[in-house]
Amino acid sequence: MATKAMPTAGPQQQQEAMTARQNDWTKPAAIAIPKEGYFKLQNGRYGPIYPRTPACHGFTIIAKIKPGREDAVRAYGKTIEKVIGDVPDTLATLKLHYLRWVLFDISKDTYFMYQGIFDTDFDKYTEDAVALFTKSGVNTVFENLEGFPEDWKTNVPAFAKFVREHQYPSFLEYGEYPYVTADEIKKALKLKAAFTGMLDLMQ
Amino acid sequence: MSILQQSSISVDLARRTEQPSSLDFEDIQHFLMSRPPARAARYEFLTFGSATGGRAWLTGLIDKVGTAKAVGQSVADSRWVTIGLTWNGLQALGLDDASLATFPEEFRQGMAARADILGLTGANHPDHWVGRLASPNLHAIAILFARDVAERERCRQEHERYVAQCDGVELLSSLDLEAIPPFDYAHEHFGYRDRLSQPVIEGTGVEPTPGSGSPLKPGEFFLGYPDEEGPAAGMPRPKILSQNGSYVAYLRMEEHVGAFRDFLREHGESPEQQELMAAKVMGRWRSGAPLVLAPEKDDAELGADPQRTNDFNYGSMDPYGYACPLGAHIRRMNPRDTTQNIQRRKMIRRGGTYGPPLPEGAPEDGQERGIAAFVGCASLVRQFEFAMNVWANWPNFHELENERDPIFGTQDGTFDMTIPKRPIRKKITGLSAFTTIRGGAYFFLPGIRALRYLASLGDRH
Repeated sequence: MATKAMPTAGPQQQQEAMTARQNDWTKPAAIAIPKEGYFKLQNGRYGPIYPRTPACHGFTIIAKIKPGREDAVRAYGKTIEKVIGDVPDTLATLKLHYLRWVLFDISKDTYFMYQGIFDTDFDKYTEDAVALFTKSGVNTVFENLEGFPEDWKTNVPAFAKFVREHQYPSFLEYGEYPYVTADEIKKALKLKAAFTGMLDLMQ
Repeated sequence: MSILQQSSISVDLARRTEQPSSLDFEDIQHFLMSRPPARAARYEFLTFGSATGGRAWLTGLIDKVGTAKAVGQSVADSRWVTIGLTWNGLQALGLDDASLATFPEEFRQGMAARADILGLTGANHPDHWVGRLASPNLHAIAILFARDVAERERCRQEHERYVAQCDGVELLSSLDLEAIPPFDYAHEHFGYRDRLSQPVIEGTGVEPTPGSGSPLKPGEFFLGYPDEEGPAAGMPRPKILSQNGSYVAYLRMEEHVGAFRDFLREHGESPEQQELMAAKVMGRWRSGAPLVLAPEKDDAELGADPQRTNDFNYGSMDPYGYACPLGAHIRRMNPRDTTQNIQRRKMIRRGGTYGPPLPEGAPEDGQERGIAAFVGCASLVRQFEFAMNVWANWPNFHELENERDPIFGTQDGTFDMTIPKRPIRKKITGLSAFTTIRGGAYFFLPGIRALRYLASLGDRH
């Protein structure tokens, strides 16, 4: 656990401290997470809220795909590539750093792993995410998963329930530059670019 | 958020020239649709000791409930009645378990059980609420708007006699409300002009003022109609209950006028600086003029002009918050173009001020005063709870890190307020609470036919 920075903090203070320490990006940080995925039960609108860690917010959803749908799921990699190519800020609402989609087999079944690293607590913008998935086509990849609610477009609680039931919390998360948001990284890179341009002009 | 229904209210009615057939104005309670010219109000919170008594009470009141159609037409009326029921109230009236289970989870749980989600912690927690509003015995609310205090008193007595005749029906608590002077514009105890932006519903014939966004589909506020995403789903059953009903979240919010004025004095040496500070926490001058359009000094004429006072955005006109801070009340409660799907987060506000005004210059007198308001919507979890959880009380909203709504959020001296300013921003640390939530509840406002259905439940068993 992050006891180095907060040696006397109990789990409750620890969870609350996550946000307060977000600017301490100079020290790499690691945090071990209890089995439940949180230190202290805090409910959001659709269920427990997961803490922000040195590796930001995120989730790992693992679900079995319907038999024979592997190619269909894989094809959606291309679909998303095109969507983002055409409209790069399509997924802006999700405040993402990274997405990783993985397919793997366990005995005769194929599983889909959707891992996302992002900057907002997922519970906060669940409805916006559902609306976005509808528009961007991410939806259809979910429709190839077993147990995905058929009425998900109009039933946000059912969608949230599916995601939560298939979410496997990390037990360790590490950040080389902990608690830094994608917006902050982009701001820093913009500043760097501005300085470089300024230095060029001064030659 | 203030109320009482002053003259601006009847403008809504006057502008409603056509009533397309799509909205059933005869079945919808008037409450979220029109604003009668009331200067006094009374909320009565009731419990049903027996199902038959509760149904008897309902039966006798239904004809007095103002419909959207009736309230829009008569200017002679002097009182307007609305009825809301909690989920426990629906159960107490004898609604069967299968129907009860079709109501959304947040409504079934009730506001008190959802307090942590809403950010209602510390002094705002239901443990400290008044009027027995956190009790599972809270079953119904009768909302009375009256043209004046005398009419309210007449209605109070009449209702008192009526309740006494209904077996097991008891008053848990009540709250009297009165508009505060001056009466020529709606404002609350801190002195801010109120009721400046209200969503407009498609099919009511009302034209949105510039900057208010396009009219919203009726399903955002009334069950049984398409919403912004298409046909609405997850409706209560039987179908009659899902036609023309709405949910409302009630909040009784005390305003600490003395503490607020102390804060202004602490952060502003001159009256002008104090007014600017008042504008910075709200996002508007007390006149109603928005900081985005009047960043340096007040413009009372702009504040009073509905054609101009909402005609602004944040994304291109004030992206960094130099005019209106990112964490100011109006920027949190309606981020306009700087959030996604804003059309799905709109709410209709109703309510009014209660308690005596604190005269300018007078010390805090310890009397409770504030706003007792209703937020109307079709989905409490998507609209009201989102606003509370994300906009009002999420410390990292807009990447602010450690702030909550300076006026409406739960404040305990540990949160800040950042006021962007060139060259260096001003940061107020340890903001104190200017408001305290003293009570709240979730109510269902059924359509008129649904009220009749509920009143007749016993006849079928």
